[in-house]
Amino acid sequence: MAITVKRVSRHVEQTSYVKATLQGMASTLKQMFEPKVTIQYPEQRWELSPRWRGTHRMLTKEDGKARCVACGLCPSVCPSNCIKLVPGEDENGNRYPLVFEIDEFRCIFCGYCQEVCPEDAIHVGQHYENSEYSREGHVYDLERLMAQTHPVSTLWDATDPRGE
Amino acid sequence: MIPVHALLQVVDRQAPITGYTTYIVFSIIKLIIVFTIYMLSAALLTLAERKISAWIQGRHGPNRVGGRGGWLQPAADGVKNFMKEETEPGNASHPLFSIAPALSFVPAMLVWCVIPFGSPLPTPWGRVDLVVADLPVGFLFILAIASLGVYGIVLAGWASNNKYSFLGGLRSSAQMVSYEVALGMSTIPIILLAGNVTMSEIIRQQSHSMWNVLNLTTAFVVFFVAALAENNRVPFDLPEAESELIAGYHTEYSAMKFSLFFIAEYANMVTAGALMATLFLGGWDIPFTGWDNAAPYTVLKTILTLGCFLTKTGFFVFVFIWIRWTLPRFRYDQLMSLGWRVMLPVALGYIAVLATTLLVLQAIGIHPGPVHSFILLMENICILLLLFVMVDEGRIVSPAYGRAQQARIVRLRARSASRAVTEGAGK
Repeated sequence: MAITVKRVSRHVEQTSYVKATLQGMASTLKQMFEPKVTIQYPEQRWELSPRWRGTHRMLTKEDGKARCVACGLCPSVCPSNCIKLVPGEDENGNRYPLVFEIDEFRCIFCGYCQEVCPEDAIHVGQHYENSEYSREGHVYDLERLMAQTHPVSTLWDATDPRGE
Repeated sequence: MIPVHALLQVVDRQAPITGYTTYIVFSIIKLIIVFTIYMLSAALLTLAERKISAWIQGRHGPNRVGGRGGWLQPAADGVKNFMKEETEPGNASHPLFSIAPALSFVPAMLVWCVIPFGSPLPTPWGRVDLVVADLPVGFLFILAIASLGVYGIVLAGWASNNKYSFLGGLRSSAQMVSYEVALGMSTIPIILLAGNVTMSEIIRQQSHSMWNVLNLTTAFVVFFVAALAENNRVPFDLPEAESELIAGYHTEYSAMKFSLFFIAEYANMVTAGALMATLFLGGWDIPFTGWDNAAPYTVLKTILTLGCFLTKTGFFVFVFIWIRWTLPRFRYDQLMSLGWRVMLPVALGYIAVLATTLLVLQAIGIHPGPVHSFILLMENICILLLLFVMVDEGRIVSPAYGRAQQARIVRLRARSASRAVTEGAGK
């Protein structure tokens, strides 16, 4: 036997199909003349938040070399294990990265690498158009990271660091 | 070879065409023009549907092919559909599978040949009535042909050898048969008022008194809802029901066969809009003036009345699209109960009420004219108020729950209360 559910006695205005229909029609008609919300993507773009965490970028020193000192903090902190770092040392005893690769395909863009970096070298950036035709194409080596030109993420608002 | 002699004879421009050959030639010309405009409008309607749905949802709609308006989108869709691979399910009934799209499309087109779309056009060969065939039984022809539309859908559903298609076909047969009764019944008042079944006579009657939408508002409401159901438009799109049946009866169709179903839907919409414009909005009659249907016919009058007719049809088509992007689909039991328990009694009751009113008005000596129409309008307002305000309390479309009896509610409450007590004692 079918379950009978208690029928709440409501006022005519709440149960009239015709009235509800007319209200709905009025609502959709009004909506037709409202401004459109679609952004016409290739021509128009979102203005990204300064805190947007996108494609990585490696900042450079005045002499054009990477700021990275191959301390190994970013591969340690990376939760998705997408940073590959092989440290090297030059004749003056300065450490530098022999290999520095980030797999953007594995990266979850948490921004920990930028937060942990003592030299202000690796950054997540305000950029999202990083699609590729192959998985290998997503692995950015040091040259490619240094060649990125988009603005870097601020991660937090400097005037309001605690988000208040 | 075309007999040139018959075409070159100069006759009275206002007199009807007499020659047989001239008649045939003009019929063919009218056929070609109507067919072209019809197909073009069906194609443009696919764009209109997408545009209007986009605007309602706060989007822009197609705007890449053919400028900002996306005017070439129908052409792009057509080319795409021609290029696509045509698939046919295994164990499908091939002849029926192939003929079904055509069967759903042809009836919609056939109805058009009896709809007058403008005032008569004077030509050097005589007066040309702007209707492909002014059948004396115009009205009955429409009812007969419109009933055929269900075959395309049912056969498509059955021939596909697919359970979803089959369910869609089943639903559509039940739905269309149910609403056809209400559709037919809602047109009887028009015949009662016009005293004729010819479309041109119905238009003449309306242009001489008042449009039927005011004379017969109740019949109009019933006809409108039934026409929505006949076209399988939302909220009556149960045969398609994307969310339940994939695409219903045309699930297994691809490429141009699918496209034919698609065109048929829009063709049906145009036809329904034109029918409602003709039967209830005075066809090509320009409102508030009498000069457009008076004797000396001119080309200007033809153009204006044609524009008027297209505007009325376009309005109804727009309302169809507007409704589609507003209302949710009915449940199957709601559909059936609306069709048989609301629409049919209302239509039948209205026939009785109207026939009585007409007899009474005749008996007390009020003949068709402003007073006559006013009385009918008042009567309609009363009926509609009664229907929509007094009766409609979850009754016109039943809510998701049935009515529970008070005694049963008390019993259930008592049982759940006693259960709570025993569970409490167990702990």
